[in-house]
Amino acid sequence: MLQVSGLFCERGDRQLLNGLGFTLEPGKLLHVRGANGAGKTSLLRIVAGLLLPTAGEVCWRGKPVKQQREEYHGELLYLGHLDGVKGDLSSIENLRIDNELLGANADEATLVAALEKIGLRGFEDIFAKQLSQGQHRRVGLCRLLMSQAKLWVLDEPFNALDVKAVKLLASLIEAHLERGGMTLLTTHQDVPLSGARVSEITLGQTGRR
Amino acid sequence: MTVIFRTILVRELTLGLRRKADMLMTLFFCVIVASMFPLAVGPETELLRTMGPGIIWVAALLASLLSLERLFGGDYADGTLEQMVISSHPLAMIVFAKVVAHWLLAGLPLVLISPLLALQYGLDGDEGLILVATLLIGTPILSLLGAVGAALTLGLRGGGVLISLLVLPLFVPVLIFGSAAVDDAAAGLSIEGHFSLLGAMLIAALILTPWAIASALRISIE
Repeated sequence: MLQVSGLFCERGDRQLLNGLGFTLEPGKLLHVRGANGAGKTSLLRIVAGLLLPTAGEVCWRGKPVKQQREEYHGELLYLGHLDGVKGDLSSIENLRIDNELLGANADEATLVAALEKIGLRGFEDIFAKQLSQGQHRRVGLCRLLMSQAKLWVLDEPFNALDVKAVKLLASLIEAHLERGGMTLLTTHQDVPLSGARVSEITLGQTGRR
Repeated sequence: MTVIFRTILVRELTLGLRRKADMLMTLFFCVIVASMFPLAVGPETELLRTMGPGIIWVAALLASLLSLERLFGGDYADGTLEQMVISSHPLAMIVFAKVVAHWLLAGLPLVLISPLLALQYGLDGDEGLILVATLLIGTPILSLLGAVGAALTLGLRGGGVLISLLVLPLFVPVLIFGSAAVDDAAAGLSIEGHFSLLGAMLIAALILTPWAIASALRISIE
């Protein structure tokens, strides 16, 4: 269970988050809404442990993540605006390194299967810089297929994806929730997911000074 | 822990070898700087022999500064650094692997080419060997200290200049003891002290800098 309480965040002289708090239960998805610049990405980066909040706390399984950084990061999967894909490495080489970094212990066959499932069959040995933007993004999304992380933090995951890939990604998220996983997500598109598991918060209404 | 070290090391070496130009630039820079001095100061054998160790050391030091900006810059730009920071493995181990790879690609070639440069300056066999030995201990220190500067200045405008300002003062002791060892050997003095100090600096850097680099990266990535 992820608990966020009393979160404040300042960027420059702007107050982005103002005492924000929420709880994310297993099997649930929280859709973070808000206008551009409302602090969605900052919130996700704080939850991922990439950004320190001005005040407030993020707790995982009842314990502050600061006190259990490595354990927490072992259960976390974060996909940001940047794909985290190295252009000078081939798709499969990228996956091998992600596999190691995620501590996913997937074998080579699983990695090839992940590439196939994401629609990159035949592109295994192509340098990632030669792929199109959508394909590039898909290499990054393969992490979702490899990782055993409990908590997914996805920042605009549907960007640059075609209709088929959006459907696939939605089904992956659905399956993850089915397994009791948690998802924190921002997107400007409608979430193509069944309603019962999805809750929403909207940032920015009280965010201005 | 060792698996992640090996994975990152192999990754860095693969990437380095796919961008040979970057690696060769460092090496050429060092060779060119060291080769210009005899042309500029004239072909007096005695003068060149006394100046040689110092010049080669300065050339190696400046060359190792050149490649520092790329150490984390590329990974920062494409988001792979983020993934490293939030991986469940110790970040210090990951950055240590990156620095080791950086030294193998940028520092070790300088060490290997140095006997050739020593020959240019008319250093005899023993002095040449001592020069290689000091560079072998000294260049890893430069890589480790330089990485701290690179991590601190990551994502800043004009980061390259800032790195130089930050790390050059830290490089000075290494430069002094490194080149003094060769001078003293030529004068027939004992060089044990210089080597002990260089060794101590290397051990201290090996133990302390990975943690400093990891902390600096966490700050820079915000």
